[in-house]
Amino acid sequence: MATAEGYDPAVWRQLSEDLALPGIHVPEQYGGAGFGMVELCIVTEELGRALLCAPYFSTAVLAANAIMNSGTETQKSALLPDIAEGARLATLAVTEPDGNWDPTGIAVVATPDADGYRLNGAKSYVVDGHVADLLIVAARAPKTSGGEGLALFTLDANTGGVKRRLLESMDPTRKIARIDFHSAHAKLLGSLEDGAKPILRTLDQAAIALANEMMGGAQALLESAVKYAKLRVQFGRTIGSFQAVKHKLADMLLEVELAKSAAYYAAQAAAAEDPEWPALASLAKAAASETYLHTAAECIQIHGGIGFTWDNDTHLWFKRAKSSEVFLGQPSYHRELLMQRWGV
Amino acid sequence: MSKISEAEVRAEVRQWLAANWDPDMSLVQWRGKLADSGWGMPQWPQAWYGRGLSHALARVVEEEFANVGAVGVAKSGVRMLAAATLLEHGSDLQKKQLLRRILTGEDTWCQFFSEPGSGSDLAGATTRADLKGDFWIINGQKVWTTSAHHADHGLLLARTDWDAPKHEGLSYFVIDVKQPGVDVQQLKQMNGHASFNQVFFTDAKVPKENLVGRVGEGWKVAVTTLAHERRGADGLPAPAKSGTRVGKIHAEERAETEKANQPYKWYPQRAGRVDLIIDRATETGAHKDPYLRQEIAKLMILAKSAEWTARRARAAQQQGRPQGPEGSLGKLAASHVARACSRVHTLITGTQAMLTGRESPREGIIAEILVSVPAVSIAGGTDEIQRNIIAERVLDLPKEPRFDTGPFRNVRKN
Repeated sequence: MATAEGYDPAVWRQLSEDLALPGIHVPEQYGGAGFGMVELCIVTEELGRALLCAPYFSTAVLAANAIMNSGTETQKSALLPDIAEGARLATLAVTEPDGNWDPTGIAVVATPDADGYRLNGAKSYVVDGHVADLLIVAARAPKTSGGEGLALFTLDANTGGVKRRLLESMDPTRKIARIDFHSAHAKLLGSLEDGAKPILRTLDQAAIALANEMMGGAQALLESAVKYAKLRVQFGRTIGSFQAVKHKLADMLLEVELAKSAAYYAAQAAAAEDPEWPALASLAKAAASETYLHTAAECIQIHGGIGFTWDNDTHLWFKRAKSSEVFLGQPSYHRELLMQRWGV
Repeated sequence: MSKISEAEVRAEVRQWLAANWDPDMSLVQWRGKLADSGWGMPQWPQAWYGRGLSHALARVVEEEFANVGAVGVAKSGVRMLAAATLLEHGSDLQKKQLLRRILTGEDTWCQFFSEPGSGSDLAGATTRADLKGDFWIINGQKVWTTSAHHADHGLLLARTDWDAPKHEGLSYFVIDVKQPGVDVQQLKQMNGHASFNQVFFTDAKVPKENLVGRVGEGWKVAVTTLAHERRGADGLPAPAKSGTRVGKIHAEERAETEKANQPYKWYPQRAGRVDLIIDRATETGAHKDPYLRQEIAKLMILAKSAEWTARRARAAQQQGRPQGPEGSLGKLAASHVARACSRVHTLITGTQAMLTGRESPREGIIAEILVSVPAVSIAGGTDEIQRNIIAERVLDLPKEPRFDTGPFRNVRKN
């Protein structure tokens, strides 16, 4: 967390080589473990609980899913094994400096040339964009707008014309970067005909994985608050014996369990390809966002003064909760999306 | 009980049903047959109208009944709580006199626990029972009694020792409701319905042999009743299984269910009617307002999450796993959902929320929601009590300091 890379390569190797986690949801034919969304979400929940600083969300959740959703057979065979092994870091760049998560607002242009495409424009809020080896970029055909002409492109992060800058961000546990493209050479991932579909599918899967990650974090915060309430003595009694504190903790438990149910249900629905699952992705993301941040704020409150210090780790979860709240779209965005997806 | 397989149970119950089930019997006659055969409550002990089967095998029996459309024993209201309590703590005489008529539906039961002075704090009951000769003489007042106006028997928690600590001075009785010293009055609620009663006891009499358990152990017995109540929600009658089936017995069952359901017609409204939200938003145009869309989505997210949390709890139970915290949260979650519904129904309805009865949208249903929801966070344990339970039992936080120890006589009361 404290380094420029933002993660510990030794831990990443362990997580990749000993536990094979980056490829948990990647089919075995591409070097993965062959599980699906439910198992991926179990992993993200645990990573969120531990607040692990590692390029997992970027590489496994965003990039691997983007490739699986969009790539041709050849591309999947070429790209996925390295990702599943943890040998190559990757990320997905959708959002631009305006922070809009709706792909129809994408402005980066991919202009066809002799041996591929040239990318021009800027992406921002790209998770692990500063360390990724492989970039997957959502861009549009020249002179298109809205939902038309969208596609995904891949390029090596060291390609000429790619300028990456680590952003000064509030959450030190998950780094984000701005990436500028100046006629950078890229390849089309999959086909132009699929349009925005694989982008949306990837973002929806990511929303569910993030919701589960957030629930792991919220659970850790709840446990921390309960533990502290049993230890801390004021007025001759543990603060956990005061109803004002007990009831707050009971409410936190309720809120966490409710949002967990939504996150679990959405993961299951996505794994089963339930037609309603994209709506449920928005539902779970909105629920998790509100709950994680609220749990973090209440955990600080129960810790009192010490909760506001840098020495107490609670602020790290709080900052992850804050960045996750708006990452992939803030709750109000997903609530609106939910209503639209329900046909209201 | 010897080990019996599912297939054997299935075969046996099928055979019995083929020989005995007749939809043109009277309800009481059929249920009497059921009680005596043990097929009505197969999970009960063999000595008492059961067959000593496991709950899993009892479900098999239920399936076979459903397959032929056979009516089961009476289960609605407080009767099953009474039966469970008597099976565990009752004397043989009590079981003999009372259980069969519970199953046939001939006797209706009610529960005299809550008092005006002790709601959340049930063990603080001050209704008194004093032994005079062969009778306990009952004086005091109970409240929130469902069905007292047509009940035959009541489960009564009363104080028999004022010098013992609170929980140790209570005793548990079966009282005959239809006697001169018991005055049942309807209690009108803020939503205009009267689903409950308040009951005044003035020198009412309980024969000595109607004491359940021992003197001073009433709280222990009451805990059994409450545990069964919690397991079976709030004793609401199940919808009639007869549907539109033809036959004397089905008609009788439908009439019985309708009568038992009468006091609860407003219960769906009490829960907030989340099912109406989207339709109401569309029919009023509220769905076009960006603020209301947000509020509606918030409510739906809460309601769906609560529904899935209940499913998680049920799934854990079905797999025989111990329930996680999700099992203790349903009541509080339902309360949140109901209040949020009430709020969003008001937002959708706007000025019309001032109207009631036929003037109110959906023939008064919307108005009824608004004035019924406040019951949810009180009935069956207030939200505050639920939070205490969750904090103490699930999160293992310290218990409340007590101010009600020592002789009950000296404890502060209302």
